[in-house]
Amino acid sequence: MNRWLILLVTGLYLLSLAVGPAWWPWRLGNEVGWAIVWELRVPRATLGLLIGGALGLSGAVLQGWLRNPLAEPGVIGVSACAGFAAVCAFYSGLAAAFALALPLAGIAGAGIAVALLMSAVRSGTGTVSLLLMGVAINAIAAALISLVLALSPNPFAYQEISLWLAGSIVDRDLRYLAIAAPFMIAGAAIVLGAGRWLDALSLGEDTARSLGVDTRSLGLRLTLGVGLMVGAATSVAGVIGFVGLIAPHLVRARVDFRPGATLVPSMLVGAALVLVADIAVRLLPTAYELQLGVVTSLVGAPFLVRAVRRARAAWLAA
Amino acid sequence: MSAIEVRGLVSRRGEQEILSGLDLAFACGEVTAIVGPNGAGKTTLLRHLAGLDQPAMGRVELEGAPLAGIDPGARGRRISFLAQAASAYWPLRAHDVVALGRLPHGADLSRPARAADTQAVERALHRVDGSALAHRSIDTLSQGERARIMMARALATEAPVLLADEPVASLDPAFALQAMEILRAEAARGACVIVVLHDLGLAARFADRVIVLANRVVAADGPPAAALAADVIDAAYGVGFHHVLVDGVMQPVAWERRQ
Repeated sequence: MNRWLILLVTGLYLLSLAVGPAWWPWRLGNEVGWAIVWELRVPRATLGLLIGGALGLSGAVLQGWLRNPLAEPGVIGVSACAGFAAVCAFYSGLAAAFALALPLAGIAGAGIAVALLMSAVRSGTGTVSLLLMGVAINAIAAALISLVLALSPNPFAYQEISLWLAGSIVDRDLRYLAIAAPFMIAGAAIVLGAGRWLDALSLGEDTARSLGVDTRSLGLRLTLGVGLMVGAATSVAGVIGFVGLIAPHLVRARVDFRPGATLVPSMLVGAALVLVADIAVRLLPTAYELQLGVVTSLVGAPFLVRAVRRARAAWLAA
Repeated sequence: MSAIEVRGLVSRRGEQEILSGLDLAFACGEVTAIVGPNGAGKTTLLRHLAGLDQPAMGRVELEGAPLAGIDPGARGRRISFLAQAASAYWPLRAHDVVALGRLPHGADLSRPARAADTQAVERALHRVDGSALAHRSIDTLSQGERARIMMARALATEAPVLLADEPVASLDPAFALQAMEILRAEAARGACVIVVLHDLGLAARFADRVIVLANRVVAADGPPAAALAADVIDAAYGVGFHHVLVDGVMQPVAWERRQ
């Protein structure tokens, strides 16, 4: 399956370079054509690839770790916290004065969320304390974002913040890529080797521990990895929902529900989903280009409803 | 030498004391049944033996070495733990569930299995008569079939110490008897088998040794006939028992509640 997914993602990546107001820009054969490729299309397609991969992988990690098919990067509050920090960068004017303030703030916000989650992992061994901490972070971040929007000095700032929160990878140049990519790649490297421990956790925490899983250090490792991936992704692209939820659902039955075996395919499917959605927003005949996060939510939410209904209900409830 | 022992084990949950100074040693090749009323600390004792809980005082020793000092992987190879009402959170294939028992030996479900792991999984499935279930998804199995697969998972580790927490709870008599026969066979192979039971009849019939826990301490410890004597269990459970002789085995039957 992975071989086909790699082919699919490669094809979508190349397509993403080609599609836009100027089709097949390299066929222009001049400086403008190559400038479009290198300065607009490559950063955009590469960010789509990396962010999709990071979100898909994070979803698979969280679902395996929390043993809950509805877990998602947004659930543990890292997306929301990164979003809040980036909103602060908009509001304070830092983002306008200094282009990289936005991604840096997002990563800092994710770092704060990760630190809070780590404290929950340290103080309690169960996943319940982690989920509760995630819910609390989400609630606080949402309230603070609303507060900042309400205090917004002018309608332009308000609009800018709202659009950014809806999620997009338009007009992100190579600098955004350079600052976000290392964090996403490092996060992926941290979690990719944890597959067999996630397999063990499918028998519950006690049994996993009896099989030699150090659940506490595993929790710290996964929190750190997911924090880096989701924080970096959110900081450059805003909130792109449902990718982390859908990707593992699409692959799970094909790997006999083994949580460890869902990691790599979920990463590839996540990348494919974001690339497809980003190509779609360029092709849709809307007056302004639709936000990427809006597309993933519009497609993702009904998909989730269908997936939940078709899934074996008793196992979802457990 | 004993396989595993507890010395001066005191267990607390918050302010509440669950176990008050237990000294017990468990031998290889024996089935030891831990019985006692609800809340007596049977599961807690088993969790300490498995290294899942840390004692407030005292310690657990595995072949003479403190359990707390053994790294989790090595502990996993030497102590197999079958949790109460064990199940899986995903509809995994039965074969994969059993193969998880090989995790402490370095197995990884995402990689091709090594010969030693494959053989151990097949042996474990064979011991529970589960070979025909291997390719079924465990959510399609009956409760008894699932319990057998979970037991095979614990057997696949082939650890010298096997801990089982109420492996026969909520199962029909046919499986309960089969499960006890499987545990006896493990002991015959030299394993130290420690099993928490609620069914005193099964304990009397299948255990070499019975430990009665009551009020946080050991109320009796010895061969089934002695440990399950009327005065001991009447006091421990607050129930009047009748003892019935069946095929030469004394079977305690709970008869009336003592006020």
